[in-house]
Amino acid sequence: MAYSTYVPHVEAERAEMLRAIGISSMDELFAAIPRELQVERVNIPEGMTEIEAERMLRGLARRNRTDLVCFLGGGFYDHYVPAAVDAILQRGEFFTAYTPYQPEVSQGTLQAAFEFQSAICRLTGMEVANASLYDGGTALFEAMTMAARCTGRSRVLIDTGVSPIYRKMLHTYSAKLHLAQEEIGTRNGVLDQEAMSGALNDRVAAVVLQSPNFFGCIEDHTAIIERAHAVGALVIMSVYPLSLAILKTPGEMGADIVVGEGQSLGIPLSFGGPYLGFMATRKSLVRKMPGRIVGMTHDGKGRRGFVLTLQAREQHIRREKATSNICTNQNLCALAAGAYVALLGKQGLIEVAELCADNASYAYERLTGVPGVERTFRATFFNEFCITLPRDARDVIGDLIDRGFAAGFPVGRYYEGMDNVALVAVTEMRTKEEIDRLAAALEAVV
Amino acid sequence: MLVPDDLLYTQEHEWVKIEGGSAWVGITEHAQHELGDITFADLPAVGKSVAQGAELMVIESVKAASDVYAPLGGTVAEVNTALADTPELINKDPYGAGWLCILRDINAAEKTKLMSAAEYRAMLEKA
Repeated sequence: MAYSTYVPHVEAERAEMLRAIGISSMDELFAAIPRELQVERVNIPEGMTEIEAERMLRGLARRNRTDLVCFLGGGFYDHYVPAAVDAILQRGEFFTAYTPYQPEVSQGTLQAAFEFQSAICRLTGMEVANASLYDGGTALFEAMTMAARCTGRSRVLIDTGVSPIYRKMLHTYSAKLHLAQEEIGTRNGVLDQEAMSGALNDRVAAVVLQSPNFFGCIEDHTAIIERAHAVGALVIMSVYPLSLAILKTPGEMGADIVVGEGQSLGIPLSFGGPYLGFMATRKSLVRKMPGRIVGMTHDGKGRRGFVLTLQAREQHIRREKATSNICTNQNLCALAAGAYVALLGKQGLIEVAELCADNASYAYERLTGVPGVERTFRATFFNEFCITLPRDARDVIGDLIDRGFAAGFPVGRYYEGMDNVALVAVTEMRTKEEIDRLAAALEAVV
Repeated sequence: MLVPDDLLYTQEHEWVKIEGGSAWVGITEHAQHELGDITFADLPAVGKSVAQGAELMVIESVKAASDVYAPLGGTVAEVNTALADTPELINKDPYGAGWLCILRDINAAEKTKLMSAAEYRAMLEKA
């Protein structure tokens, strides 16, 4: 009988299985499903040989411009990943995407996740973190439903400075949930505090904020967080974890749930991921937090050990009343983030963050010094800022691609009336020479 | 299995003790035994109104997370705050120090749907 590794069922096996259950055809097997619900044809092209498939995939990959000098950001950044991160990831003991099915057997995997959680707590200034979620956007959605569970309320106020990609995801994920979302606009690049205060009332489950926001502006949200707490709402903050090495933490501001995209912590840029969501909260809310949590404990002989803890919140125990349908994590990416943070250490993280901020400052001066290029906002930024160009940012960015630069993101793609605005990110990877060349190229094309 | 005579019982293994317009609520010896070591009592909010048979709260044990249903309709007047730090009281003393909450504004007519100690004992024996 012809068994194949890649095609699970060959004709002979199907026939054998049908015989075993006493029916004569696949049609008979699926007869219980109404005709109109049965798929007639699947739109998948004919099979290819390995050579053909590789040729096609390489052709597609070649269409990516990986040679451009990268000033792109908007939530995902071109940070350096030390080679040791990859070396640790690829160790056979670690190289798996998930927490194993008998997690406590894999003490090393659990310890790595525990250390990742500890790093997230330290960076965010929060008390507890989970073992990671899929990405920044899904983490934000989970935070929103968590806030609704904690408060028994269903209204959510969202700062439009929150990444538009995340806001789109919130909308999609909650389309069938009873969660009323209201967006609160920005003024001069930062949250319109007056509008947010005006919208707060005792029906609000959560206020969703982001700093640095999508425009790169840094905001101290302490005051608005106090006002939200006064009406019994929780505050969710989406953050850029690397920036927290030098910025006031959401914990210090009083945030209740902190989420974000962990890509900046040792994970390379890639189209579509895998990326890394994280979530941290206060101890008092931990039972409402979704995702896996690793705890440290002692075994019967008093030796240190790591376990999955508080599992009664999870889907395999609480079924439909679980805190989330997420019952796994992004373990390999969390391991990378844990390794990255451990390799750099506290001082190393501060230095990377300072380098980013310094480089961005220099780039800001150079780019806004180009005739015709204006500062869009006056707010303080970390490593990313907006500039206003004399013509459509999409066109200018297009022209700069021809000169070897991914110069930024056209903000008009997500924000009305901002067609001439480009969002420019600068990391520790960019040199003074590259920034000078970008300024010269910008001057030439505007 | 201890089943005190002065209490009323539900099929879901809650007990209730009615005093005037109020009712003390807990889970039975049998229930705590089946759950195993209790690790957390997610107590209801004071002021929460529930109908008879509706979900009142959740108890987590090392084995499971289980709903506790309201034996009678009413409003939560008081909860056993000692359970926040010592949920194991439910295991040790389910009819005493391990009580869960007190309901007020109960409807005495709903008593007819509850079991006497003898009926509850009979149900346990059958199972």
